[in-house]
Amino acid sequence: MSNAVSALEGASYQGFAQVREMGLQGMITLRGDFDNAIFKKTLKLISGCNVPALRELNHSKSGTVVWMSPDELLVLCAYDKAQVVTEKAVKQFAKTHSMAVNVSDARAVFTITGNGAREVIAKLAPVDMAAFKKNEIRRTRLAQVPAAFWVSDDDQITIVVFRSVAQYVFDLLKTAAAKGGEVGFIY
Amino acid sequence: MSNRIDGMGRLLNRDTPVSFTFNGKTLSGYQGDTLASALLANDQMLMGRSFKYHRARGVVASGAEEPNALVNMGEGARFEPNQRVTTTELFDGLTAKSQNHWPNLNFDVGVINNYVSKFLPAGFYYKTFMFPRFAWKHVFEPIVRHSAGLGKPPTEADTDRYEHFYAFVDVLIVGGGIAGVQAALAAGQSGAKVLLVEQTAHWGGRAVVDGAIIDGKPAEEWLIETLQTLENMDNVTIRTRIMGAGVYDHGYALGYERITDHAPETNAPRHRLWRIRAKQIITATGAIERPLSFAGNDIPGVMLASAVRDYLVNWGIAVGQRTVVVTNNDDGYRTAIALKQAGLEVPAVIDVREQVQSNLAKQARALGIEIREGRAIASVKGGKRVTGVGVSIMQGTGGAQEEIKCDCVAMSGGWSPVVHLWSHCGGKLNWIEEHAHFAPDPKRPPLGDEGQGFVITAGIASGAMETGTVLQNADAAGKSAAKAAGFASKRTRVAKADDVATQVMLPAWILPTNALPELRAKMWLDFQNDVKVSDIQLAAREGYESVEHTKRYTTLGMATDQGKLSNINGLAVLSDALGQEIPQTGTTTFRPPYTPISMGAIAGEARGEIFQPLRQTPIHQWHVGHNAYMEPVGLWHRPYCYPRGEETHQEAVTREVNNTRQKLGLLDASTLGKLIVKGPDAGKFLDMLYTNMMSNLKPGRCRYGLMCSENGFLVDDGVVARIDEDTFLCHTTSGGAERIHGWMEEWLQTEWWDWQVYVANVTEQFAQVAVVGPNARKVLEKLGGMDVSKDALSFMGWADGILGGFDVRVYRISFSGELSYEIAVPASQGRAFWDALHAAGAEFGAMAYGTEALHIMRAEKGFIMIGDETDGTIIPQDLGLNWAISKKKDDFLGKRAQQRSHMASKDRWQLVGLETLDGSVLPDGAYALAEGENANGQRNTQGRVTSTYHSPTLFRGIAMGLVLHGPDRMGEVIEFGNIDGTTISAKIVDPVFYDKEGIKQNV
Repeated sequence: MSNAVSALEGASYQGFAQVREMGLQGMITLRGDFDNAIFKKTLKLISGCNVPALRELNHSKSGTVVWMSPDELLVLCAYDKAQVVTEKAVKQFAKTHSMAVNVSDARAVFTITGNGAREVIAKLAPVDMAAFKKNEIRRTRLAQVPAAFWVSDDDQITIVVFRSVAQYVFDLLKTAAAKGGEVGFIY
Repeated sequence: MSNRIDGMGRLLNRDTPVSFTFNGKTLSGYQGDTLASALLANDQMLMGRSFKYHRARGVVASGAEEPNALVNMGEGARFEPNQRVTTTELFDGLTAKSQNHWPNLNFDVGVINNYVSKFLPAGFYYKTFMFPRFAWKHVFEPIVRHSAGLGKPPTEADTDRYEHFYAFVDVLIVGGGIAGVQAALAAGQSGAKVLLVEQTAHWGGRAVVDGAIIDGKPAEEWLIETLQTLENMDNVTIRTRIMGAGVYDHGYALGYERITDHAPETNAPRHRLWRIRAKQIITATGAIERPLSFAGNDIPGVMLASAVRDYLVNWGIAVGQRTVVVTNNDDGYRTAIALKQAGLEVPAVIDVREQVQSNLAKQARALGIEIREGRAIASVKGGKRVTGVGVSIMQGTGGAQEEIKCDCVAMSGGWSPVVHLWSHCGGKLNWIEEHAHFAPDPKRPPLGDEGQGFVITAGIASGAMETGTVLQNADAAGKSAAKAAGFASKRTRVAKADDVATQVMLPAWILPTNALPELRAKMWLDFQNDVKVSDIQLAAREGYESVEHTKRYTTLGMATDQGKLSNINGLAVLSDALGQEIPQTGTTTFRPPYTPISMGAIAGEARGEIFQPLRQTPIHQWHVGHNAYMEPVGLWHRPYCYPRGEETHQEAVTREVNNTRQKLGLLDASTLGKLIVKGPDAGKFLDMLYTNMMSNLKPGRCRYGLMCSENGFLVDDGVVARIDEDTFLCHTTSGGAERIHGWMEEWLQTEWWDWQVYVANVTEQFAQVAVVGPNARKVLEKLGGMDVSKDALSFMGWADGILGGFDVRVYRISFSGELSYEIAVPASQGRAFWDALHAAGAEFGAMAYGTEALHIMRAEKGFIMIGDETDGTIIPQDLGLNWAISKKKDDFLGKRAQQRSHMASKDRWQLVGLETLDGSVLPDGAYALAEGENANGQRNTQGRVTSTYHSPTLFRGIAMGLVLHGPDRMGEVIEFGNIDGTTISAKIVDPVFYDKEGIKQNV
């Protein structure tokens, strides 16, 4: 695994907010029936979390689970554990109709940090960032590409995009966060 | 002459002088000036030329409604044409040039149009179309093209940056006059989230200019206090320099913020487009004064009375030393009074009304101003500047005239509420007889998703004409907007102001009433486009009844100002000519934006590097480092070839093909779509999606498949691998992954929602490398870790394993006809794996190849390419792919469509190979010629080229094409047309040019 590198290898930029590519992140897509007992049990086993509510995140000591759609979740874990955890989930699901896929390599993760973090997003995504709460997740677009993001800390937003557009998204965020571009609408 | 008056100018900062240039001449103004006021301060009244007749034009207004004074602004990478001087804030170093004239502003050859104006009547453009064709092409078009256009197009790329901003509010209020401010206060006090925007840099609108008294104090004082209150409210945001540009469905509105137009050297974005979602929108957009139509009303120095007042009060400008006011209402007197009080001469107020006894008129008389009642201006003297007016009786023909010397005419034709934003999304209007204007009908607002109104007007935009009623109306608007947005309004006090008793205005659309034709031909309605009263009357005589048709026929209101001054006057003249009431004629449609907004603001951040996303594979940097010439494939950037040294692209491609066929080629195939389809019903699902059978594929095996749309047309192809009993991995084309993923989800969510299937797009999870050529197995064996022998991993098989320490999945598939492995590794290790292959493969002649080599090799093998052989009208049967269409299956997507008579016709063009007799390369897309011509006199055709290349393997041109009855005509020579009219002979052959038996790929 020493060969593994993230799309931008930790590139960063300091504007009125800081943009950082966060390196490799374990990610597992789960699909299934959220009400199914085996599904819930499997989720608990691999992430320590219950199924999150609509457009929300749940955290535990061993991982984070992100609501993606009515039948899809995203489990966050350490990058080097992702394959093992995926296989564990597949085994636990057994014959239950479901899916567990390691998608860690298909993504790039960024954070925006600072007071203006929400305004950076509000320039690129049609989302009410003033009302966007901690632990809320939104699947939307950043300019012309799909993206998901959530507020990971009071002044920090975590963004997940497809790996192939990492450079585009980094350039977008740099442009939106460039000094002089503060809007002063979202406090 | 116009000049600056000491001690006046509420917006000026006289401590900060500003230097700027106009037509190369250096002039000076003050911070707080607009370009218009600064030019006037320098006695520069002549600012441009009109569009059609090139007549001399001065500024006529003081705000967004200005039709005349447009300039080429800035230089080089900051050049922008058609900028209104009235809305351009002055800054140090501003450069402006007048436009639409040659050789210069003072002497313009184009003014000749003015003297031939009788040959350029309404509908000129349409009428010239009626002449013989040659006349348009050789006579009129060159003339029109030469004279068309106002400003120049920029020649350099824009150097500034732009952005969008998404804002969500309960109440958006457009307009920062006292109505907008009062409405913001009322809405804000309810707790609603309020955004108040004002297009200029200053709050207060007209009230502060006209010296209104609010709550017993000057409007300016009330304004400062109220703005402070708003600033202190957390739920209220107030912003200047944002224009409400448009109102759209469901409370969506656009705000156009001009951040650095007045300070171009700052590091902020130049413009920001606010994309606002509001539960309720209040338009407090004010009103625009109407011009009056009298002969010569376009001569520089004739201005709106309110503009004359604005220049005086806001910027300390005396537009003229002697100003004649002409009016049909009381408001014009405010200008006369203000001028007189500033010590300027007002020789007369010409009032079309017979007897004027209002308070304002009495004030004017008390100041010694002469009022000429029942009179009209019949003519204006002067060319590039007013020198006097001829006054006649209103109820006459304009015959007997008395001349009054003056250098400025201030005209007031009454006020029209700015109803644009109200109307953008369907708000309806009422004709208000008393004020001769259209005002919003509050009972018929634009409607939201539940049939609720979502726009409310406030202040004079509602038709409230006096300060007291403006404030009450605005307060009510603010409260009802907050209520509609779900907030309980607080009972708060409304600011009070006394309404001034006024005398009713007299609608006067032509001065004098019975003006003779030669006078009507000099009465301008649309100043920018040169549309006159006579043009509208001519259109009516020629049968135009609809206001929309008349607009397009005469070009009334079609200029960059969109008829802000000309609309009402034009349709009043039209109504009169048609002998009908104005409401019967109606208005033209109001469309966004309110005034033109920059292309940069519309594009936002999408320019330069981030104009469009470019998708990069994990191996992208290697390609860039090896001089790859990149081509777009969907949004992917893929290497077309890797030229070395002085190589041409063709030489590089030839080298790459030969090396792959003879030794070892490496292709970055990461862009290939990869969809996992899993579930008990996965096999059944894929049987519906693909034309061939997938459910009987054995785990560990691969099968090539075709996908059709429900109309039978081929939309995608690729290799499917069965992973286990429940799981398939479907490869799609590089450009097709997202589309096919969406296609699968759509069928699963809408049609076969009860089938147990999940799909995941894992395209980007894997880097995929094609290891191709006679030495392919050798390099993999050298890397070691798994058995890749023919027996262990046969053609069309796949296996998981380890190669050189990498976790891999190896597919034995070939798109080139050579021994070939496509190897998937986790994307994060893609680059390392690629490097390892090159290192290990060096001794076997490993060399990267690009998409062009890929295309040539697949064409040599007769493999089709989605997008080359298909174009959305091709079915698999056209391509000889019947072998991949299951006869056993009851159904698949496209099956029924393919049974339709035209789809099953034997006369559909069929895929064949094509070999030119002279070995040359057929032009791409060339048509095969048939005998005779069709009904349009075009040559009949019998086929076309779909793929064509020079084959380095066969040393000749090879092609594939679709030809009528092609497979039955093997060996026949047909002709293909070149663009230059010559033809090329080509023989119809089998489409597989290379290793038809498939021996090479199956070793």
